[in-house]
Amino acid sequence: MTTHYLVLSGLLFAIGAIGVLVRRNAIVVFMCVELMLNACNLAFVTFSRQVGNLEGQIIAFFVMVVAAAEVVVGLAIIVTIFRTRRSASVDDANLLKY
Amino acid sequence: MESQIAEIVQHTGGVIGVSWLMIAFPLVGAFILLVFNRFTDRWGHLLGVAMSLASFVVAVLAFFELIGLGEEARRRAVHLFEFIPGMPGEPAMVDMGLLIDPLSISFALLITGVGSLIHIYSIGYMAHDEHRRRFFAYLNLFVAAMLLLVLADNYVGLFIGWEGVGLASYLLIGFWQFKPSAAVAAKKAFVVNRVGDFGLLVGMFVIWTTFGTLAFKDLGAQVNGVQNGTTLAIGLLLLLGACGKSAQLPLQSWLLDAMEGPTPVSALIHAATMVTAGVYLVVRSGAFFFPEGSGAALAVAIVGAATLLAGAIIGCAKDDIKKGLAGSTMSQIGYMMLGAGFGPAGYAFAIGHLITHGFFKADMFLGAGSVMHGMNDEVNMRKYGGLRKYMPITFVTFFIGYLAIIGFPLLSGYFTKDGIIETAVHHQPVLGWLAVLGAGITGFYMSRMVFMTFFGEKRWADDAHPHESPTVMTVPLMILSLGALGLGGYLVLGGTLYDFLRPAVGGTPEGAPHFDPFTTPGLATLALVAVGAVFAWMRYGRATVPSVQPRGSFLTTFARRDLYGDALNESLFMRPGQWLTRIAVFFDNRGIDGLVNGLAAGVGGTSGRLRRIQTGFARTYALSILIGAALLTGALLFVGNI
Amino acid sequence: MSPWLPILMAVPVVGAIVVALLPKGSDKLAKQVTLLVSLLVLVLTGVMAAGFKPGGERFQFTAEYNWIPSFGVKFGVGVDGVALVLIALSVVLVPIVVLASWHDADGVKTADGTLITPKRSVKTYFSLLLVLETMMIGVFAATDIFLFYVFFEAMLIPMYFMIGSYGGAQRSYAAVKFLLYSLFGGLLMLVAVIGLFVVAGKQSFMFPELVGAIQDPVMQKWLFAGFFIAFAIKAPLWPVHTWLPDAAAQAPAGAAVLLVGVLDKVGTFGMLRFCLELFPDAAKAFTMPIVVLAVISIIYGAIVAIGQTDMKRLIAYTSISHFGFIVLGVFAMSGVAQSGAALYMVNHGFATGALFLAAGFLIARRGSPFLGDYGGVQKVAPLLAGFFLVAGLAGLSLPGLSSFVSEFMVMIGTYSSTAHGSGALTAAAIISAVAVVLAAVYILWMVQRVMNGPTAEPVKAFRDLNAREVWVLAPLVALIIGFGFYPKPLLDVINPSVQHTLTNVKVPTSTIAEKGTGQ
Repeated sequence: MTTHYLVLSGLLFAIGAIGVLVRRNAIVVFMCVELMLNACNLAFVTFSRQVGNLEGQIIAFFVMVVAAAEVVVGLAIIVTIFRTRRSASVDDANLLKY
Repeated sequence: MESQIAEIVQHTGGVIGVSWLMIAFPLVGAFILLVFNRFTDRWGHLLGVAMSLASFVVAVLAFFELIGLGEEARRRAVHLFEFIPGMPGEPAMVDMGLLIDPLSISFALLITGVGSLIHIYSIGYMAHDEHRRRFFAYLNLFVAAMLLLVLADNYVGLFIGWEGVGLASYLLIGFWQFKPSAAVAAKKAFVVNRVGDFGLLVGMFVIWTTFGTLAFKDLGAQVNGVQNGTTLAIGLLLLLGACGKSAQLPLQSWLLDAMEGPTPVSALIHAATMVTAGVYLVVRSGAFFFPEGSGAALAVAIVGAATLLAGAIIGCAKDDIKKGLAGSTMSQIGYMMLGAGFGPAGYAFAIGHLITHGFFKADMFLGAGSVMHGMNDEVNMRKYGGLRKYMPITFVTFFIGYLAIIGFPLLSGYFTKDGIIETAVHHQPVLGWLAVLGAGITGFYMSRMVFMTFFGEKRWADDAHPHESPTVMTVPLMILSLGALGLGGYLVLGGTLYDFLRPAVGGTPEGAPHFDPFTTPGLATLALVAVGAVFAWMRYGRATVPSVQPRGSFLTTFARRDLYGDALNESLFMRPGQWLTRIAVFFDNRGIDGLVNGLAAGVGGTSGRLRRIQTGFARTYALSILIGAALLTGALLFVGNI
Repeated sequence: MSPWLPILMAVPVVGAIVVALLPKGSDKLAKQVTLLVSLLVLVLTGVMAAGFKPGGERFQFTAEYNWIPSFGVKFGVGVDGVALVLIALSVVLVPIVVLASWHDADGVKTADGTLITPKRSVKTYFSLLLVLETMMIGVFAATDIFLFYVFFEAMLIPMYFMIGSYGGAQRSYAAVKFLLYSLFGGLLMLVAVIGLFVVAGKQSFMFPELVGAIQDPVMQKWLFAGFFIAFAIKAPLWPVHTWLPDAAAQAPAGAAVLLVGVLDKVGTFGMLRFCLELFPDAAKAFTMPIVVLAVISIIYGAIVAIGQTDMKRLIAYTSISHFGFIVLGVFAMSGVAQSGAALYMVNHGFATGALFLAAGFLIARRGSPFLGDYGGVQKVAPLLAGFFLVAGLAGLSLPGLSSFVSEFMVMIGTYSSTAHGSGALTAAAIISAVAVVLAAVYILWMVQRVMNGPTAEPVKAFRDLNAREVWVLAPLVALIIGFGFYPKPLLDVINPSVQHTLTNVKVPTSTIAEKGTGQ
């Protein structure tokens, strides 16, 4: 029965991962990252229920906290980049290279 | 026939107890003159002379104290200090001390006596040199080192003195170092000597390893007459050292070049004292490693005979008066070595010849210096001629030295050289007759020198105004020529020197050589010398000497080129050495360092290529993370399934 | 617990901080403070050394403080005879180097006014020098192997900056090469140090506790190799020597003196103290290859030195030859040779120090290290020429100068050593004696090209040594001559220490000829 949840989690993760790889808009990439995190959360909660202890759910809370913190920092960076470069495309921010 | 050397006894008190003063005086002199350099310019030469004389006085007092002791008690050791200490609780590895015995005191008297005379002479000779003070500092340094060489009671002390005289010789040959030829000659002398030092060093290794001591005192008991391969090896190694210092074949090449130094240096170091250090080494080690009839002793005699001929042949062809004398020095030391190859009887004559040679050769070198002094430092004898009228004192003293060296009857050289020849003919007839032949050649080349310089017509340069040298230079000449006159007879007749040296070098009271001039070799020597002198008179006395060097035969060229010794050294050692050096430098820069730098460049190049992966696109990084994660997961699954 | 060594190590560091904190523009004050501090350290060391009892405990003036208790790491210091003389060497050289480098950071100008090195921070240079002094004392004094390792590596840092910031034209290449070579060796040593800790299982890095702790012969060999490669690079031994000529040629003369005179001695000191005593069986097993490398170093260094055209590189190559002698003496496994090697470490510091400094004074006047740019210096600067000659003669081990005693002891001890079947070591001694001739060639040829002959045009403007420069060279020359005739004070301290080492290696220590007497 938990299989469905796990399949859903896997699908969500794959969508998120593909989104990160192929989309250029920083906001979309960012939301795809969130999608992946939530896919993980779903998997954690599922396993928690299956095994019957609370540790998975606790970790899910931690992930949410991390995601929230990431949103704060990440959005700030994206806004700053947009201000300086007039673009939200991640491909334009490629200064850190060889 | 038991030929035991006397026991060495510890000595305290008396003049012998403070015999280190002999070394200390000139050492302090050198120190003061070098450290307080310019401040001593005005009186530096006087200090140098005073220190050398003070040393001579100590030597004389020590000598009289020594002969006041019983004959068998004349080997006195004076302990100075612990040089190389041993491990805790063990005796010292090397103790530094002095050995005052008949052999060393004879040398000490010669060194300080002739040394002082040459110091005095140098006051006049170097009067116009702005660095006269430095010259005296080096001379004092030389006297100190030479005394350490002969007085040390162990091989390490001897070696320190040995290298010390090498250093002094280096400094003095290169005294006029602004002349490239002098600088090169100085370096050459030092390097060639170092080849000999290699032998002496390795010889010391073997001695210490085999006998556990380097002190002469303990060596007597340890060696105890044993003769085997080891002692032969030691003997040959020490002989190599002796060859270097004494300019014997095959290490003779430096001595002729060493004439670049000021003439008093040539007289003191390269005639009278330092170059005889090799003979001292052989005689001092004689009882241990060169006993009569041993292979090592035979080697010494062969080297001596070969060199005495080589030196004489070189002497025949030189136009430079100093180089002619240098060839003669080589040859005379060859005689001493020859004598030193035949045990105690030979030692007495070798040391006797060494002492008389010290006088008459110093006399002649200083005479040559006096001639040069009056002739604007001209050394070419073809530019001399007829000088006897202009320099009477120089001429007379030089002539006495000349008669002494060719062995004119009853002069010094006659007794000592004839003694060596007789001993040699008695033991090794072939070598002995070669020495007779050498004496004939000596008669020729020395006569040639005298005739070219003092007889015949004037061949001077236009600006030459020959004049007699000042008194400060002629008095030492006179004293030295007195030695050349009478010293030989005193030392040889009645076996005086033999009996005196016996406690130090061995020999039996009955074994004293009887001097008999009327033997076949003795008469043959006289006849050959006369032939040589007459031949020289015909070519250089009666006939006109061309003032430009004629081409000469093949043999003359051979002798002028120093028997191609330099050419041999150059093609055998110098050029291959230069190639080896170049190859080594190339290998070091391109080979070893090239490998290291190549490795560094390889690492750098690889990372240069690798960093291209950092494209700066976030999605590329994300993809690589994803691939990495997938691979990792795959690997974990794979491992889990095994 | 004795406070001496911690105090000795603290004084220069405090001095370094003071010098660094001095206000801007007080360059002269910085130099004076540095000189005073280094002299203070010299005096303190002298007082301490006077209290050293040669016949007493092996390690004296010991002190131990816990440092990283969970790994048993201690700040443990103490000196035996060899360490004491090496510390003495370091603290003697530092004030001399301070005096010699007085103007090195001010921007060096030649006689005709061309700038060789630009002006740089004086305070930094002198505080680096003092930091280096602390580390030099520490590395010789450490009895805790971990502490030794820390100093061994940390010493690289001030030297790296002294070469890299104050050196000649190729300084950054030389500094990086020096650092990488040394770090590579150091990391191997770190592995070996950790291995030693784990395998010995004593929960301690203290040297006395670890002696004899490793019994397994295979493990001994691996750990020995880790230590030895590090020390061989440091020493440096052929074929890992090529960093030294570059580093020494590019470093300012004063830094070159400390580099060759002291830092490299850590390598040979480490071989003597750690390689031999911790891994005696491995040391014996590896003796022959190491002796071969040492003999190659001796001859090869001498031959390559003859072919050099750069004065400082030439001196560096002579040092490679001399380090060959030291390594030979250490591994000849005889008391005489090892005492000689320990003595050589000190004497070489004085002799090569004097030679580097005299060469430095020449280069400061002419602006070029190349022999061909000189000629006839003796005529215009006789004092400089005289000091140069004496230092050179010490480099060729002239008897009567200090190097001779040590070289003689190394060679005669090697010749007579019975430790490994006499033939090979005998041959090694004879071959190394050839260096006696080669040394005369490289030193005297250099002297001839620089000092003799007609005076070259640019040389004519040379001035002779000034008072400061005389004060730099005179003490060294006095030490060279003094210990040349009377090496007993040093040997009396070194010998018991060497005896301890050889006892731990289980080799007979006698200085009496080992093949017995007579036939």
